[in-house]
Amino acid sequence: MTELTPFLKKLISLPGLSGYEDPVRDVIRETWQPLVDEISESKLGSLHGLRRAAGSGKHHSILLAAHMDAIGLMVTSVEDGWIRVMQVGGLDTRILPGQLITVHGQRELPGILQMIPDRLQKKSRAGSPPEITDLFIDTGLSARELKRLVKLGDLISFAQLPFEMPGGVLTGHSLDNRASIAALTVCLDEIHRTSLDWNVWAVATVQEETGLAGAKTSAFELQPDIAVAIDVTFGKGPGSNDHRAFPLGKGPTIGVGANIHPALVEHFKKAADEMDMPYSIETMPKSSGTDGMGMQVTAEGIPVMVIGIPLRYMHTPLEMVALKDIQRAGRLLARIITRLEADSMEKIFAESKA
Amino acid sequence: MSPRTSSPTSLPKIGPAQIALLERLSNAISVSGDEREVREIVIKEVKPHADDLSVDAMGNVLVICKSTARNPLRVMLDAHMDEVGFMITEDDGDGLYSFEVIGGVDERQLPGKPVLVGKERLPGVIGAKPIHLAEKGELHSPISISSLRVDLGPAGAGKVSPGEWGTFATRFQRAGASLMGKALDDRLGVATLIELVKHHPENIELAAAFTVQEELGLRGAKIAATTLHPDLAFAIDSTPAFDLPSAAKKENTVYNCKLDGGPAIYLADAGTISDPRLIRFLEATAAKFGIPYQFRQPGGGGTDAGAIHKVLSGIPTVSISIPGRYAHSAVLMSRISDWQNTLQLVYAALQDLTPEILASVRK
Amino acid sequence: MKELIQKLCEIPGPSGHENAIRETIMKEVAPHADSMEVDALGNLIVRKGKKGKDGMRILMSAHMDELGIIVTHVDKKGFVRFTTIGGVFIRYLAGSRVLFLNGVRGAINHEPAEEPGKVPPIEDFFIDVGASSPADCPVKVGDLAVFERPFIDNGDRFISKALDDRASCAVLIEALRQVKQSPNELVFLFSVQEEVGVRGAITASYSVDPDLGIAIDVTGTGDTPGNEKMEVALGNGAAIKIRDQGMLCDPKVVRWMRTTAEKAGIRHQMEILRGGTTDAYQIQVNRAGVPTGAISIPCRYIHSPSEMADIRDLENSVQLLVALISEPVYLK
Repeated sequence: MTELTPFLKKLISLPGLSGYEDPVRDVIRETWQPLVDEISESKLGSLHGLRRAAGSGKHHSILLAAHMDAIGLMVTSVEDGWIRVMQVGGLDTRILPGQLITVHGQRELPGILQMIPDRLQKKSRAGSPPEITDLFIDTGLSARELKRLVKLGDLISFAQLPFEMPGGVLTGHSLDNRASIAALTVCLDEIHRTSLDWNVWAVATVQEETGLAGAKTSAFELQPDIAVAIDVTFGKGPGSNDHRAFPLGKGPTIGVGANIHPALVEHFKKAADEMDMPYSIETMPKSSGTDGMGMQVTAEGIPVMVIGIPLRYMHTPLEMVALKDIQRAGRLLARIITRLEADSMEKIFAESKA
Repeated sequence: MSPRTSSPTSLPKIGPAQIALLERLSNAISVSGDEREVREIVIKEVKPHADDLSVDAMGNVLVICKSTARNPLRVMLDAHMDEVGFMITEDDGDGLYSFEVIGGVDERQLPGKPVLVGKERLPGVIGAKPIHLAEKGELHSPISISSLRVDLGPAGAGKVSPGEWGTFATRFQRAGASLMGKALDDRLGVATLIELVKHHPENIELAAAFTVQEELGLRGAKIAATTLHPDLAFAIDSTPAFDLPSAAKKENTVYNCKLDGGPAIYLADAGTISDPRLIRFLEATAAKFGIPYQFRQPGGGGTDAGAIHKVLSGIPTVSISIPGRYAHSAVLMSRISDWQNTLQLVYAALQDLTPEILASVRK
Repeated sequence: MKELIQKLCEIPGPSGHENAIRETIMKEVAPHADSMEVDALGNLIVRKGKKGKDGMRILMSAHMDELGIIVTHVDKKGFVRFTTIGGVFIRYLAGSRVLFLNGVRGAINHEPAEEPGKVPPIEDFFIDVGASSPADCPVKVGDLAVFERPFIDNGDRFISKALDDRASCAVLIEALRQVKQSPNELVFLFSVQEEVGVRGAITASYSVDPDLGIAIDVTGTGDTPGNEKMEVALGNGAAIKIRDQGMLCDPKVVRWMRTTAEKAGIRHQMEILRGGTTDAYQIQVNRAGVPTGAISIPCRYIHSPSEMADIRDLENSVQLLVALISEPVYLK
C-alpha cells in the first residue's frame, strides 16, 4: 500500500516542468512498477502502466490519464548578473514578485524573483502589475559566476516546500496535477489484488499545461474504449465562489459538458451513489480544459469522462487540496474498473447508440 | 466531366415535404454537446436509404450509401447538427438559473428572449431589468451575460439542474419566399444532406456525416472524417449574409454573401483554403446546369472543412453554404430559392464527379 | 546558394497556391532525390536513402508558402478590396506593391483614417490596379497576390520578401545535395499552408510517420535598436530552438543538436522565441508523438516585405543539418 501523504509530498517537492518531466516520472515509475503488469514510455515521455485483464483473448480497455507536468519558468537570458524569464504554462505574473525559486542550472541555485521598481519603470507603467519582461531573478552570485552556471533554456521551479494543515489539507506547489497522480495511484492500489475483465492503462501524461500534447498522442497510441482524465478543479475559497468552484473535502467532481460522453456521466454518478460518496457535478459547457479534450477528439473519437479534485489557489506556489478528495477520486475509479465486464461497453452506451 | 447530360428538371426540388422537415429540424433543440434530438430525426429519416449507419463516440451520425460503379470515389458530405445555446451552470433558487453561453452568441442578442430549458424543454425567459431602473451611463454599455439569468418562474424552482442545456424558443415559420427560424445554421445543411442521402447519385459512394460540436471548434467533423476516410469532401453549412443597412454612407464592400445570390462557394476562410480543383469543378457544374452561385468573400469564419481537410494524409475539401441573415441569434432568415439552388448544385456536382478530378495535383 | 535563395524568393506562392514554387523546387531536387510525391494539400515530399541498421526515418520540413492577399470585392469604381493570407502586418500595407498570380500588378492604399495617425482596419484598404469599374478590372473575387520587392544583395547580408521560409527551403535543398551517405531514411518536406496555421505539416507528418522531426524556419532576432527581448543575433550562426510559443522542443533532440554542433565546430546559438511557431509544432503531436526539434535561421523584420538574413547563418545551418543526418542518431 502506498502511503498517500508522504508519496504526494515527495511528488510536489520535485520539479518536472512541462516538456521536462524526467524527475517526477522516475518517482512515479518506481511507485507504479509493483502495481502494474507492464510499464513503458510514449515517444513524448508519457508513462504508460498496464494492468492486464485476466484470461486470454481480446479485452476492452480503459485509459486513466493524469498529467504529471507542472508549471514554472524558463531562463531567456543571463545578463549583468540578472536572469530574465518566461513562463512554462499559464502563470499570473502578478503573483510572481517576491517568490523564492530554484534555478536548475549547472547546479541548483536559490534565487528571488522580483520586478522592476516603479522609480525605474516607464512613467506610464508605474503602479501597474508586472509583465513577464519586467521580472528578473537575483541569485546573489557575481555576473561572471552566474554566466558560468546558468544558460538560456534552464528551468526554474518554485522553492516552496509542502506542508500539512489541520483537517487533512496539504499545501504546496504542483499539486496541479500531482494530486491526481496520487489519486490514480490510490486506484492502482485498490485494484491491485483484484482480477479484471478490462485492460487498464494508467497514464501519467506530459505537456498538458502547454497544449495537451501528451494526452493526444497517448490516446492515439493506446486507442482505449473509454478514457478518463483526472485533473484538479477550482476549490471554493477567496475570490473563487461562483459555480466554477467546489468545496474542499466534499468529494471529487464529475464533469458534464461537450467533452464528456453523457452515458459516462450517468455511469459515474451511479457508482458514486452506490458508494455513498459525496461528489459535485461540474459543468464544463464548452471545453474541459483538461487532457479530456485532447483524448476525445483523437483518431476516430473516444468517449471521455473528466474527474476533478477541488484545489484552491491554482497555478500559484501555494495550492491547497483535501487528502480525502484524492482518496475518494481514486476509490471511485477503482469501483468503476472492478465492475467493468466483458459486455459493459454495450450496456453503458446502449441508449446513446440508438 | 461526364458525358451524361441532365436537364435541370431532373434535379431534386424543395417542396412542402422538405420545408416541413426543415421546420421539425429548426424547432428541435440540439445545443453543442447535446445533439440527441436532431440526431433522432436524422436517423429516422435516413435509415431506410442507408447501406450502413452508425453513431460514433461523440454522437456523429455516419451514413454510407454504396455505389453501383466499380472503384467509385468516396465522397464525404458534411453538415453539423448542433446549434448555439447555453448550459445551466448554477441553481440560484426561486426558479432563477445562471448559465454559460455555448457557441458564438453576441451578448446583445440575449436579453428579453424566450427560451426552452432542460430535458423537459421547460419554457423560460432571459429577463432584462426595466429601463426605469437603469442607472446613469448603464444604457451605453451592453448588458453583461454575468448579470443575466434564465427565469423559469417561481414554480420552476429546482426543475432543472446544472449541466442541462437550453436555447432560444423560436418557432419556425415561412414568410413568402423566405424561411424564418432558429438554428437554420446548420439545419438547412442537415435538411439538404438528408435529401442527398434520399436521392444519392449512384456513381459515387456517399459518406454522409451529420456532425456534432461544430460551434465549439469543429470537433465532431475531425473524428468523422478520420473514420470515413473519403477521397474528397464537401461541407454544407449556412454562412452569414450581411447585405444589410450600413452606418457608413458608402458602398457595402463587406457583405460576406447576399440573399438570392445562390449557393455561396468558399475560396478561403479562417480555417481552410479550398481545394482549387473543387472550386473550378463547382463553377463548371453551375454553368452547365444554369444554377446561380456566388463566392463567399474570403475572410474569417469557418466550417467543418477546417477540420476535415487536415485529417490523415489530407482530404481535398470545399465548403458550400446557404446564405442566412442574423446567424447565432434567436431567429435567422434564408431564402427557399438559395436552399434549392444549393441542393441542386451539390446534387449535380456529385452526379458529374469522376475520379479524373483528382488525377492532377492540387493547383 | 545566394542565387538559389533569390530565385526561390522571387516566385509567388501564397498559402494554398504553392504550385509554382513547388515546381521550381522539384526541378532543383529531382537529380538528388530517390522519389518525389505531392499529397492532397500540395505538400512536396522528397525521399532519399533507406533506413539502415541503427537508422531512423527523419522528417525535415521547410514551408514553401508565403504571405499574400486575396480579393474580397471589386467596388463600383474598380478599386480592389482584399483580406490578408497569413500574418500580414496591416501597418506595412500602405505603399506596398503586389503581384497577382495572373501577372497584374497594383499599389495598396487606404481610405482616410477615422483618427489621423491611426492605422485603419483592413476593410478600408484597397489595391489600385488602374481600373475604373468592375467590368474593366483585370482581377476578380478570389484572385491572389503576393508582395513585390526587388532582392537586395549587400554581401553577407541580403534583403528580400519571403525569406520566411524560402531561405529554409534553400537550406533543405542544399543539405539534400550535400549529404553523401546516411544510415537514415531522409524525408525532405516542402510544406504548404504554414502561414495560415501550420496546416500542411499535419497531413504530411501523418503520411510520412517519422521517427524524428526537424523543422527549418526563420526566427526573429534581438539585435535591432530598442529590441532586447531575444538572445538570437544575425550572423551568430544556426539557431538551435529550445522552445517557441507553440511547442517545447524535445530536450533529447536539443542536446543532440547542440553536441553535434559543438563536436563539428559549427557556429551556432540557442533560441527561445516568445511569439510564433513552426511546422515542428504539428510534427511533434503527430500520431503517437514524434521527438522533434528545429533549426532556425536568424532573420530580421519577419513578415515585412523586406526581411534580412545573413548567408553565413544559412551555411552554418546546412552544415549542421548535414552533420546531424549523416550519422546514426542516438537520443539521450
